[in-house]
Amino acid sequence: MTESPETIAVKADNLYKAFGRRPHEIVKKLKAGKSRAEISSLGVAAVIDASFEVKKGEIFVVMGLSGSGKSTLIRMLNGLWDTTSGTVTVGGTDITRVSARELRDVRRKNISMVFQHFALLPHRTVIDNVAYGLEIQGMGRTERLAKAQIIIDLVGLAGWADNLPSELSGGMQQRVGLGRALAADTDVLLMDEAFSALDPLIRREMQEQLIELQAALGKTIIFITHDLNEAMFLGDRIAVMRDGRIVQIGTPEEILTDPANDYVAQFVQDVDRARVLTAASVMEPVRSVITKTAGPRAALRTMRDLQTSVTFVLNRDRSFAGIVRDRDVLKLVKAGETDLGGIIRDDAKAVLPETALVDLVEPSVESELPIAVVDEKNRLLGVIPRVTLLAAIGNVTSNTGPLPVVLPPATISISQITEILGETADDTQIDTEGVHA
Amino acid sequence: MNDFRIPLGSWVESFVDFITDTFGFIFDFVRAGFDGAYEGVEFLLGAPPFWAIMLVLGVLALGIRGWKFAVGTVVGLLVILGVDQWDNAMDTLALVLVASVLAIVISVPLGILAAKSTLASNIIRPVLDFMQTMPAFVYLIPALILFRIGVVPGIVATIIFAMAPGVRLTELGIRSVDQEVVEAGQAFGASPWRILRQIQLPLATPSIMAGINQVIMLSLSMVVISGLVGAGGLGAQVIASLNRIDIALGFEAGLAVVILAIFLDRITASLGSSDSGGLFGSIRRVLRSRRGTDAAASVADTNLAPHPARV
Repeated sequence: MTESPETIAVKADNLYKAFGRRPHEIVKKLKAGKSRAEISSLGVAAVIDASFEVKKGEIFVVMGLSGSGKSTLIRMLNGLWDTTSGTVTVGGTDITRVSARELRDVRRKNISMVFQHFALLPHRTVIDNVAYGLEIQGMGRTERLAKAQIIIDLVGLAGWADNLPSELSGGMQQRVGLGRALAADTDVLLMDEAFSALDPLIRREMQEQLIELQAALGKTIIFITHDLNEAMFLGDRIAVMRDGRIVQIGTPEEILTDPANDYVAQFVQDVDRARVLTAASVMEPVRSVITKTAGPRAALRTMRDLQTSVTFVLNRDRSFAGIVRDRDVLKLVKAGETDLGGIIRDDAKAVLPETALVDLVEPSVESELPIAVVDEKNRLLGVIPRVTLLAAIGNVTSNTGPLPVVLPPATISISQITEILGETADDTQIDTEGVHA
Repeated sequence: MNDFRIPLGSWVESFVDFITDTFGFIFDFVRAGFDGAYEGVEFLLGAPPFWAIMLVLGVLALGIRGWKFAVGTVVGLLVILGVDQWDNAMDTLALVLVASVLAIVISVPLGILAAKSTLASNIIRPVLDFMQTMPAFVYLIPALILFRIGVVPGIVATIIFAMAPGVRLTELGIRSVDQEVVEAGQAFGASPWRILRQIQLPLATPSIMAGINQVIMLSLSMVVISGLVGAGGLGAQVIASLNRIDIALGFEAGLAVVILAIFLDRITASLGSSDSGGLFGSIRRVLRSRRGTDAAASVADTNLAPHPARV
């Protein structure tokens, strides 16, 4: 919350919206600490003390059930509804203090909107609908139609430009709605339950397309939804609203793994965790790991100490090299070899930290080995054993006790290893060198 | 109890007297204007031979509703001609046209005002109730005093009587435009005037046209009554037949009114609906689809790799 103003697209400070005869009195009472129920005789408090910042290029999702105040909130962000108290800053302008003319100017240049029931002009063709924002901006007819045609192709409506909205299916109508907002070429897009009226398959397709468009065009998107899975899928950050208040703001993973209260926790329990959680959020520190240069004796000692049959091996530059198995190491030690290079296997699967858990199930089934999590430079960040994966998907708290099995259990007894280590010991200082706790 | 009497009637009478004395020149001016408009329209309808008018109205009927209605129109007009009411019917038509155009010009803006402002709506509504329920003959008295005998008091009384549905249905139409579409206009920075012109009025058109239809029908029913104050036309014939207990004349004049009413009703009702079966509508649709295919072709030309249309 200490971002510089240049990176903030929309900022809301202590927003209140009350409906009733004396809205200001309601806000005064709320500020004095009265609850929403206590002021219900005076009127309805739709939004209570909402503050947040939306960064440029971010998809910010406001999620809540109907009646939670999310639609009121989004309508205050472009001034469709006045705020009762608090300020909204869009692109550096405090829109709660400007004249109607200046507000219209902000809407033309900075902030556009997509509506739940599409809100297309039924008497105009698709292309004229898409060009509507440009028309209001005062662009000439040929120029705006050319620009609208590009947008129509972009949102996948090529060939439909001269149809009326009533001739289109719901999904296509919302593409027109999206196209209209994109054509206006504002930095910020408000989307009010934009996909809620569509059937599930089309909704999924639109969500994916929205993410593609956002990545390509870099728009700031404020998306309102009552669908948590949609929020988790689209949102870079999510604000959860309840009874007019924002109860938590965080990334989808934060909301899922660290809910602010019971309400949020209850809300997120039905989420498909495997699609939201990433490898990085569930991985465990690697204990059984050595560097390649440490040699077979160190590897064997590590495996003995940790009671495993496998250890991870790193290169000199700390990049992930592979794994070694105890039997191979034992042979090497018996033979008096000092180079691990020949026995390193690459059968441990390595994934990037942002991989969703759902994509880890298959590798986890195929191999008993933990999955290695590596960054772009192939540095080993952590591992995900099968048990950890199951615990994360099933939402079993993994910090109440030690997990029983992290790595495949030792296949050679401790005494045997110790014996061999003792037999082959020529010097003693090498053992601890490559061990990383 | 018998002594208690509110002299409301005499107050209104004094008020009308006061207005007549003070603002007489205004009423003379209005009288001249209305009279001129009526004379003009009457000349347009009455001067050409009957077949020319019949042809024009027939083509209008064909264009707006289709050939069946065109045939019906011509037959109806022939009946009017056959019962020797042609000139009277044209006088009445002129009166209806002038009165309804004026009523529409007043009522639609009032309806817009009422839709935009709740205060205006609260003031206008009871006034309309008053105007609509006060017996129509009552308007004739002050109208007669203010504008003297002739066609003008008839027009004025007709306007007052007929404008109410125009105001009400315009207000209703604009208020029932989908709020989200209006919000869309606002959200893209359109001014209130532009929203009215590009969103509210087009979407309220069916309702406004229903209001206009009602205005015209009420005008027609009122012009007969205004025959009482010397407005002439079919109204005068009906009044004359009433005075003379002349069943034959009464039926003929009455039938002519019915034929005019059906013609005007069907024409204005068709204007309200977007896809009428008439010739004009078909021509417009053909033009639109041709333009559509042209545009689609040019898109295909400019787009070397067109995206498949997705649902």
